[in-house]
Order: sequence, then structure tokens, then C-alpha cells
Amino acid sequence: MKQKQGLKEVYAWNPEAHLSSKVRAMPPSGIRKFFDLVANMNDAISLGVGEPDFITPWHVREACIYALESGTTHYTSNKGMPELREKIAEDIRDDLGLAYDHEEQILITTGVSEAVDLAFRATVNPGDEVLIPEPCYVAYIPDAELAGGRARSVPTRLSDEFKIRPEDLLAAVTPKTKTLVLSYPNNPTGAVMTRQDLEEIADVVVEKDLLVVSDEVYCKLSYRGKHSSFAQLEGMQDRTVILNGLSKSHAMTGWRIGYALGSEPIISAMTKVHQYTMLCAPVMAQVAALEALHKGKDEMLRMRREYNLRRRFFVSGLNRIGLNTFEPGGAFYAFPSVKSTGLSSQEFAERLLKEQKVAVVPGNVFGECGEGFLRCSYATSREELIEALDRMENFLSSLK
Amino acid sequence: MNEILGILSENAKATPAEIAALLGRSEEEVARKTKGMEEAGIIKKYITLIDWEKLEGSYVFAVLELKVALQRKTGYDSVAERIARFSEVDSVRLISGDYDLQVTVKGKSMKEVAFFVAEKIATLEGIQSACTHFVLKTYKEHGVVLEDKQKPKRLVISP
Ligand SMILES: Cc1ncc(COP(=O)(O)O)c(C=O)c1O
Repeated sequence: MKQKQGLKEVYAWNPEAHLSSKVRAMPPSGIRKFFDLVANMNDAISLGVGEPDFITPWHVREACIYALESGTTHYTSNKGMPELREKIAEDIRDDLGLAYDHEEQILITTGVSEAVDLAFRATVNPGDEVLIPEPCYVAYIPDAELAGGRARSVPTRLSDEFKIRPEDLLAAVTPKTKTLVLSYPNNPTGAVMTRQDLEEIADVVVEKDLLVVSDEVYCKLSYRGKHSSFAQLEGMQDRTVILNGLSKSHAMTGWRIGYALGSEPIISAMTKVHQYTMLCAPVMAQVAALEALHKGKDEMLRMRREYNLRRRFFVSGLNRIGLNTFEPGGAFYAFPSVKSTGLSSQEFAERLLKEQKVAVVPGNVFGECGEGFLRCSYATSREELIEALDRMENFLSSLK
Repeated sequence: MNEILGILSENAKATPAEIAALLGRSEEEVARKTKGMEEAGIIKKYITLIDWEKLEGSYVFAVLELKVALQRKTGYDSVAERIARFSEVDSVRLISGDYDLQVTVKGKSMKEVAFFVAEKIATLEGIQSACTHFVLKTYKEHGVVLEDKQKPKRLVISP
């Protein structure tokens, strides 16, 4: 007995002590806390979901089933199936008027998530600064820092409809600044930037010689005219890495297909990392993505139409019950202000959940300047949205 | 497609106020346009989609395939219109292919439907042959899958 105990001490091993300091320093996601709270409630309505409520259209699932039946189970080329890259090149030519060579300038990734990581790992040197306009999707800062970079926030504001102002960019730029992240249509605000808005910041980008990483995963969900990409601006195509995917546009979040478009050296560099970490995106998901891009346009438009209907009544509903909400031009989020209630985002969201069982995500999770706002996803049924508005109205009257 | 019809075709109970909020238009405009479409006969009726199989002892449905001997002058219309008058008849369509008219019939029992076809339809002038197929189960109707399937789960909160 004694001997055994002694051995245990000898072999005592503390896993915690072996975590990297970088990972240890990473704050846990602010979304996680709400997830745990909501998961234990049965009758809560969740406006906290950042993915489509639609199931992937049947023809896409069917194509995947057929591919599996036919034995499509092998690795693909590191860059992804050539047919898929060709199709993406063709669509980008039609949508943005930009030419990308499918052999050299397109990489299929495991979701935009992987593409974000690759873009930073392929370009950031230790200490390089990455400008990240906030409020924004939660992955950019941790990904930039894991790649050895330093994230610097650039605030955006309700008064500018959460578009980036050139002054704010200039104020954040230092000699170490290397990269600017753009993410429009935006999660969590639903903000969009028009071509003119983008032109206003292009001068800063050129003057400070920045690389632009542009996450355009919500571009198909633009409700006020066509989406504009920074890469479309004169001379900006090579400076820009476009990240996109099928998660939001084709209701394919679980399939994990994204892609990156950019200049040959950057895409090659990203491919190198991808090759050693992912090898290739899952083949059956690539087959499904190919089907979705070839034949999924009608379904995509149908889903967009439905989001747009919800957007109109939900945003006007939020304003009617007394939460000041600007009109989001894209994605499937509304970003109401709760400043008039005197509560912080966290307090509002926690009490709304406890007292009325409606889950939203507090805006400060997406950056400091998201404080005073809530992210409400309207990727949920109209009935639930109506019920949620009623409950939110009850909550607001209880505050008076 | 007309946006108002798009919404009403999925939910006949949508009120002008609800439709107006979804479309970002005024309630008056929606009400006026809807009325216009009712008057023009574009909107025929607001109906309820019922899964009769959930109600015990409700209806029996049959699909009839009718071959029609064309008569001079009258064509298919006169036969089809005669058939359409019966309240037992749910739908009548002229179709391409091996037979001419496809008719759905609703009745309280198989016997009732069979006698109705034998007495009222098969005997009509111009009907060459009538073949009756009883419906055993309906899987999808008016674009709606009838079987209640469990919804796949999404995470309650995601980034
Ligand atoms: C702005 C943004 N980028 C990327 C992603 C992740 O996309 P994917 O499913 O392609 O990894 C999300 C998902 O919520 C997002 O909101």
C-alpha cells in the first residue's frame, strides 16, 4: 500500500501546468455562459442562434447520400475538388466581376472558421498588429493572437450604423499594423458597407499598406441591393483575401465548407498550413457544396426572402416596444439598444432570460463597443419571433 | 411571385396587419390589393389543410382515371364540368397521357365512393372507362409533408 502511494506521488502530473500560456490567457467565450443558462430551460425562446433555422435543402442532402453510395470517400486535392473551385470562380465572376484562377487563387476550407485561422497564420509575424473592427464575430481576436499577432480593436458606432470610419482606423494604426479585418454584412450588428463606404477606408488601407481579410460569409443575405466587396475596389483585389462559405447562404453550417480567394502567394501560403493541419475539407461536404452552388439558387433565394420578411417585422417590432434598433441591411441579426433601460447588456440579457425566458446574446460579448446592445437573431420562426416580442414587451413594462 | 400571395399561400390566416409588417408596406395597401385579387378571382377561397387521417372515421379518398370519348363540338369541357358539379368530387383535371380526366372523390366509406363512381360517373355519356384507385395514405399535400417528424436540434446559443 505504502509503496503504491509513493509511486502515485512520484508520477503525479498536473495537466493544467502543461497548457500553453497563450491558450490559458484566452478568455472563455462570453457566449458559453448563456448557452449553459439556456440549455437548462425547457420553454425558453432562443434568439441567440447564429445559424439558419432551415434544414439544408433536400437536393443537397440527396447529392451527398448518392456520393456516399457511390463510394466517394477519399481525400481530395489539398485545395479542394477542382470542379468546386471552378464553380466558385465562375460565381465570383458573376457576382463581383472579379477573376480568380481556380488552380492558384482558391482554397476550399473546413468552414470560414478554418479560413480565418489560415489567413492569420499565413500572414502574421510575431507582434504584428491586426485591426479588428468591433462589434464582431468572436473568433477573429483569438485566432489572430494564436497566430502570434496582436489584435487591436477599432470601434464602430450606432450613429454610423456600425460602419468603419477612416478616422478610427487611422487612430488605431501603428507602425506594426499589418492587417485589417472586414466583416460585412456583420455579425452581430447586421450592418453592411456599401461600395462608397468601402472607398472611404481604402485610402487608409493603401496609405498604411495593409492586407485586408474580408469575411463575407453573409454576403448572400444582403437586403438592400447587391453586396459590395473590398476586393472590387480599383487595385484592391490582390490586397484582399476574401473568405466565404456556404454555412449561412445555403443553410449548411454543419457541413463545414468555406473557401478563401486571394492572390496566389497568399493562397499558396494558406494552402501550406491547411495541408499540414486539415489535409483537405471533407469530401462528401464538398460534393454537397458543389450541388448547392450548381442547383441551389432558388432555395437560397427562398430562404433570403423569408429572412427579409422577418427582418422587416421584427425590427419594426423592436422599435415599437421601445428598443431603439437601426435597420440592419444584411445577415440575420437585429442589434437593439437597451441604453434607455439603464441596464447593461449582461443585466438585461440575464434578467430577460430569467424573467421572460427569452435568450439573446449581450452585445458586449462581441467587443466593448457592443455594450448597451443585444444581438437578436431572427433565424427562427415567425411565430417564435412574435412570441419573443410579446415577452420582451412584458419585460420592458416590468422595468417601468 | 406576388409577395402578398406568397404569404397567404402559406398561411391563409395572415391578417393585413401582419402581412404589412412583413413586407414593410401599409395595412391599407395590403388590404386593398388583397381585395382586388379576391375580386379578380385570383384568390378563390381561404382553406384549411386538414390531415383527415388523424380523425377516426373521417373520409375515404379515391383517385379516378377517366377516359373520355370526345364528342363533336363539346370537347372535354362539358364532361369535366358535369363531373365537377358533384359535391363528392374534390378536384377535376384534364391531363396528358394514357387517360384524360383525373378526378379525386371524397366519401364516408369505400362503399359509398364505389357506388358513387359506378352510378354517377361511369354512366355519364362520353365516359369510356373509369378506373378507381383508393388512397391508402397521404404523405404530402399542398406542399406540406403530413407526417410529424421530430425537428433536428440546433444549439440554443451559437456564435
Ligand atoms: C461572421 C462569421 N464568420 C464566420 C463564421 C463561421 O462560419 P463557418 O460555419 O463557415 O465556419 C460565422 C458563424 O457564425 C460568422 O458569423
